[in-house]
Amino acid sequence: MDDSFLIADREFRSRLILGSGGFANHELLARALEAAGTELCTVALRRLDPAARGTIVDVLEAAGVGLLPNTAGCFTARDAILTAQLAREAFQTDWIKLEVIGDDRTLLPDAVELVAAAEALVDDGFVVLPYTTDDPVLARRLEDLGCAAVMPLGSPIGSGMGIRNPYNISILVERAGIPVILDAGVGTASDAALALELGCDAVLCASAISRAHDPVAMARAIRLGVQAGRLASGAGRIPRRLYAEASTPEEGMPAFDARAVTE
Amino acid sequence: MIVTVNGERRQLPASATVANVVELLEVSPGARGVAVALDGEVVTRSRWAQTELADGARIEVVAAIQGG
Repeated sequence: MDDSFLIADREFRSRLILGSGGFANHELLARALEAAGTELCTVALRRLDPAARGTIVDVLEAAGVGLLPNTAGCFTARDAILTAQLAREAFQTDWIKLEVIGDDRTLLPDAVELVAAAEALVDDGFVVLPYTTDDPVLARRLEDLGCAAVMPLGSPIGSGMGIRNPYNISILVERAGIPVILDAGVGTASDAALALELGCDAVLCASAISRAHDPVAMARAIRLGVQAGRLASGAGRIPRRLYAEASTPEEGMPAFDARAVTE
Repeated sequence: MIVTVNGERRQLPASATVANVVELLEVSPGARGVAVALDGEVVTRSRWAQTELADGARIEVVAAIQGG
């Protein structure tokens, strides 16, 4: 079954994007990449550590997985823009997962700075994938600015709280004309399945996999969850109803009570 | 002259370039996933060798790590 989707002009068959944060080492990351079947993986930029051995760039290349740089840790549009430009220089890619964080404890996006950074980066030729709240209006603004996809959170980064407002995600998906990638909050496979059932095009997972007791098993579980959710969304679920609706017909029911005998 | 490299003050000879700073950090010129900002602006790799530093320059040399 061909069920690929496009972000900008790039076609993806996997609907699971891996966040590389939190893996104990490169070897474990490589095994998780394979188990997740992912085609795209995030990478961050930090001050060069001369003592660091090996680079994640080589791990991703060996795995044949595309690289999606991010602006993790940026609190202002200015820092995020410079980080994106450094990423373009370091990795020779125009793609950027744009994160502009507004608060240390929740790591929620700063909508005002995010919009400013997105606008500047789109103008500068970047393919911008902004990490955003689950606000459908903000998502629309980001789309109108020319972002290539929107990445609403299910719940705060690393919280494992799943999708706290599925109704917002549904509305956001319904109105979006660009891919919607659920980012942040996934704790386990069922959360990822729900994202796809709600109509999201893909899911990005980091902590749910990297911090699981068995990251490789969880990578596979979430991969299957994504596939199940995608199938379910296309299959058309039944409406929710308050009362039961029998699935077995009443007609032809045998009578076990003598009084029910017809003369 | 004194410049700041990744938050650390360093003494460098006058006319030192961005390339000299990168060498100082034991980065091979072909190293992948490395980028440099000088006073808040990206210096592309092709300009490392010709970009001279001024006294008080702030240089950030960044590389890929796991994250996000």
